[in-house]
Amino acid sequence: MSAEGPLGGSGIDTDVRPLTPVLTKRWLSPRSWTIQTYEQLEGYTALRKALRAHPDQLIQLCKDSGLRGRGGAGFPTGMKWGFIPQGDGKPHYLVINADEGEPGTCKDIPLMMADPHSLVEGVVITSYAIRANFAAIYVRGEALHCVRRMQAAVNEAYAAGYLGKNILGSGFDLDVVVHAGAGAYICGEETALLDSLEGLRGQPRLKPPFPATSGLYEAPTVVNNVETIASVPFIVNGGADWFRTMGSERSPGPKIFSLSGHVTNPGQYEAPMGSTLRELLELAGGMKDGIPLKFWTPGGSSTPLFTAEHLDVPLDFEGAAEAGSMLGTTALQLFNETVSVPWAVMKWTEFYKHESCGKCTPCREGTYWLAQILQRMVRGEGTPQDIDTLLDICDNVLGRSFCALGDGAVSPITSGIKYFKDEFLALCRENTGRSNSGESTVDDSGKHVLAGAH
Amino acid sequence: MTTSESMAARESGTDGDEVFGSDIADRARALMARYPRSRSALLPMLHLVQSVEGYVSQRGIAFCADQLGLATAEVSAVATFYTMYKRRPCGEHLVSVCTNTLCAALGGDDIYARLGEHLGSEGRPLGHEETSGVPGKRGSITLEHAECLAACDFGPVLQVNYEYYDNQTPDSALQLVKSLQAGEKPPPTRGAPLTDFRTVERQLAGFFEGQGGSLEDTVNGPSASAETVRGAKIAEERSWTAPPMPDSVEFPPLADKK
Repeated sequence: MSAEGPLGGSGIDTDVRPLTPVLTKRWLSPRSWTIQTYEQLEGYTALRKALRAHPDQLIQLCKDSGLRGRGGAGFPTGMKWGFIPQGDGKPHYLVINADEGEPGTCKDIPLMMADPHSLVEGVVITSYAIRANFAAIYVRGEALHCVRRMQAAVNEAYAAGYLGKNILGSGFDLDVVVHAGAGAYICGEETALLDSLEGLRGQPRLKPPFPATSGLYEAPTVVNNVETIASVPFIVNGGADWFRTMGSERSPGPKIFSLSGHVTNPGQYEAPMGSTLRELLELAGGMKDGIPLKFWTPGGSSTPLFTAEHLDVPLDFEGAAEAGSMLGTTALQLFNETVSVPWAVMKWTEFYKHESCGKCTPCREGTYWLAQILQRMVRGEGTPQDIDTLLDICDNVLGRSFCALGDGAVSPITSGIKYFKDEFLALCRENTGRSNSGESTVDDSGKHVLAGAH
Repeated sequence: MTTSESMAARESGTDGDEVFGSDIADRARALMARYPRSRSALLPMLHLVQSVEGYVSQRGIAFCADQLGLATAEVSAVATFYTMYKRRPCGEHLVSVCTNTLCAALGGDDIYARLGEHLGSEGRPLGHEETSGVPGKRGSITLEHAECLAACDFGPVLQVNYEYYDNQTPDSALQLVKSLQAGEKPPPTRGAPLTDFRTVERQLAGFFEGQGGSLEDTVNGPSASAETVRGAKIAEERSWTAPPMPDSVEFPPLADKK
């Protein structure tokens, strides 16, 4: 693979390898989670450099690097930091979204277990850049071992003078709290996370105002993903041009791709943005037992499905979008030909139904009915009309929900029907053949019976 | 009464009037002091309450409300929103089986069904969030099906008290649960040595000293399985690295103030 970076003539070696361990490079080291190991491997050198710079220089560096949020949406990180009003006399906050729960996503938990100090160092640098003196790391409650590793790392950082008052003699103060969630997928949505961190039900807020002006405790707040902030120390040490040697012009940098499912060697593979599933699959030993790939998610269940036709789609923000999906969290869930698409879609829909926070009607009601229609279809009691009903409901949920959970919920359904409509129809034919209940959506009075209403 | 005596009294249920003694109230206040605004302590405080009673009782809700100056309805509204707050007493162990799509396709549904059958009685499988045995007593188990546990490369996975047991099969999961019922504590694939539900709830509240070992004891439990370091390992074997960083890097100049 050759880099298409903009750096010809910069003197930086642009012969980029298929795997580019940056965030994952310390993971093989013994006791990689301790401060001793971290400091032996350049740990906290970026912080020393950063504290000698002006905070605005760090924001500019982050903008120059092109770093984009690794939590799914891909928002430019430096721009987000730049939105924080400075000199406003209000406290500023940094909140780390470590509430990993998007189905298929399993990158932040291994990162926090293996290299928690990279996140802590990124937190200190970012807080300095945005002038925050309090940061919270909101860790998914079920990820207890990460809570331990993060807490131990924070304790070690305090003891070493990387946190607390007058950090390394810079005059900068920062306190960090490791906060365990309590089991709610919706808290991965940044404003729901903020409400949850304030001790409320985790329900999304109406935007605007955005967290940059009114976030935690109504104060300017940056909310960033674990992988995003763990990238920051490397950008400080390597510079924007170095970061851009990996990945593509608009989606630079390395990325942790998580391969799971029917693959020979599932796991974490850190490769340049824009790598393809074909390349990653080769590194992962191909499909398990040689059974061909049927469908996959590029970035969690909220990103529309891809099929074997998409093996060569460049997995960066632009490439995934141009091919009709989204990069999301680069959670590549691979399913082989033994898996029924309507069944998989039903299972995901049950998940969204369970995790819908209930605040807005399209998502709360939509996911409820979508799940029941799909359950009925999978039982073999569906009709072709159900497919139209599903799409109609999806149309009423997509873009009409309060937050992105509703949009995510319809992704597996609409993309599943788009690529595998025959499978949905086959389930209906089975029904017609068995019980001749093609009319089962019409009751005795001729009235349309709602899905699930039996 | 020492802390350990009061803990023992609570666990045996003989100290009803002082379920939440001064030691627990001290911890609640310590939580409130961690945040710029005290109400942020509510989620960890509910974990703390669960560490005492094995669930969030009405008494626990009143305790939190009292500490934070909230109405009990406000605390209830929060407690009922989150999956990890249990409304009925849990077993010594909480077994959570991922039945989201990917784990289910790899066998998670079968694991959940097998465990439900084994733990059920009178021909009826144990249901979601139901408990086999006397809650809190040795070998008692609460079973639940969980949403994606963010360990998809290890699927199918389950957790016992939020410690990961990776790459399970119906047989291995059944064996694990039988061991738990017999009072054994098989070590997790990733996580700290197994304790019990109440102990890990205390850790989730942010208190690591006490039964189950210090933070130093628990933090060193295993984490990096083969799946985690697969890419890093291949890169090492093939001497692949990220492009080298330049020797020195200048920060961008400060923009002129407008």
